[in-house]
Amino acid sequence: MTSPTPSLNITGNAIEVRKLTVDYGARRILSNIDLDIPSGKVSVIMGGSGTGKSTLLRCILGLKLPTSGSIHMLGTDITTATTAQLYQLRKQTGVAFQGGALFSSMSVAENIQLALREHTNLDESTIQIMTRIKLDMVDMLHAEHLMPSELSGGMTKRAALARAIIMDPKLLFFDEPSAGLDPSTSAELDELILLLRDSLKMTIVVVTHELESAFKIADQISIMGKGIILATGTPEEIRASADPEVQGLLHRKPRETVVDTEAHLKALVGETS
Amino acid sequence: MIKALEKLGTEVLDGLEMAGRTCNLLLLTLWQMLQPPYRFYPIVRQMYFIGARSISLIIISGVTIGMVLGLQFYYILARFGSVNLLGQGVALGVIRELGPVMTALMVVGRAGSAITAELGIMRTTSQIDALECMAISPGKFMVGPKVIAGILSVPLLTHIFDFVALFGGYFVGVVMFSVPEGSYMNGMVDAVQWVDVRLGLVKSLIFGLLVTLICCAQGYYMHLTKAGSQGAEGVSFVTTNAVVLSSIAVLFSDFLIGALLP
Repeated sequence: MTSPTPSLNITGNAIEVRKLTVDYGARRILSNIDLDIPSGKVSVIMGGSGTGKSTLLRCILGLKLPTSGSIHMLGTDITTATTAQLYQLRKQTGVAFQGGALFSSMSVAENIQLALREHTNLDESTIQIMTRIKLDMVDMLHAEHLMPSELSGGMTKRAALARAIIMDPKLLFFDEPSAGLDPSTSAELDELILLLRDSLKMTIVVVTHELESAFKIADQISIMGKGIILATGTPEEIRASADPEVQGLLHRKPRETVVDTEAHLKALVGETS
Repeated sequence: MIKALEKLGTEVLDGLEMAGRTCNLLLLTLWQMLQPPYRFYPIVRQMYFIGARSISLIIISGVTIGMVLGLQFYYILARFGSVNLLGQGVALGVIRELGPVMTALMVVGRAGSAITAELGIMRTTSQIDALECMAISPGKFMVGPKVIAGILSVPLLTHIFDFVALFGGYFVGVVMFSVPEGSYMNGMVDAVQWVDVRLGLVKSLIFGLLVTLICCAQGYYMHLTKAGSQGAEGVSFVTTNAVVLSSIAVLFSDFLIGALLP
């Protein structure tokens, strides 16, 4: 199993997180996180609910400033970057949010075209062609003129993916791509992620708690537990991990079973009275 | 007692923090709007939403308020035998005071609440985060067009309100109570000076800015308030807040402008 190296290796890693700490008031959400995301690979960040996965992703995306630590993305430290530098960097990244986050007042095609219209001077016909190419990649050509409210969960995620890849980003982020999808649609999305990695050579970061999906698509998996990274490695290395928390997550062990029911009930009554 | 003071202190600090954020949003938006590329269509779209779609409401409320004003002024002036001053009273009351204030309050109720709800929902569904991640400034894309449309639309709506309110006063005075048409019209023309029109214009410009800015800020910064984690209930909370705060801001700034520009 590999542990993140403390030195910065800009060429090999698309993202390097060092000593990242995030506090919400008095509550510590992330504690001294070190993480490397290798270029051109699919990296999965996994963990149970409340372990800080989404906060880590928000920090990496520059949507949340950490309390301390650094995040180098494509060579730029986003914790100290200016807004202009951050926006320049974001033109090279795409994000598919958990709920899609499609703009409800725009059609699917308009959602996808937005970044092209804002950041390029392409003519209308080129914009239309590029939109149709991306829609075809995610099998959504038929839904071009639909509004987000008319889409199913799976269609929303695929439309969000088409929007995320419209600028051919170097880095692509997925927040819970399989959440709320049926197994068949979820598997299709996994195939699509692998296709993007292989055909467009993108660095892909997936935040999920879906074990099956994670092991299917990942080149590297990082397991999170209560604000720290428990383990990072290839799927095989993670499977072989001796860490009991990692094994607990992999084998979906429930919380410690209540043995003494009477004592537990008494404790509960004591807590509430 | 100490708890009550603590709560009051917290409320005051929260209020000051929000006021600071609102000013920050204004400066940020102005700066970003000055950066190319310049897009005029979103402003026109917002002018249609804030301005054009408010016209029917402005006409109905303007006529009604003009009629009420004409009626009350007629009864009061009749006591002193001065009904020939009706045109002057209605015109000055509407152009200096009621036109800008009532128009702004109507815009708060019709468009302001919708602006807050729209931005609040965009915040809770990560649409604003998505804009940020696409390197599109939400200030320029979402807030700027609304604020500029508000600054342009409210004065135009105010002038429509003034016109129909004067007509309402005319209807009550001249048609219903047979006040001589000449005295009503001439009194109006003689009494209203450029400073009165200017005062109404300045007020409506400032109200347009205040209403749209406060409503935008309440929705945009929803995630930083207590309502941020409450989903739909949070959106409803910030929408109510936006309506209350912008109405108070309109009334208070009305007094300030009136005192500074007599």
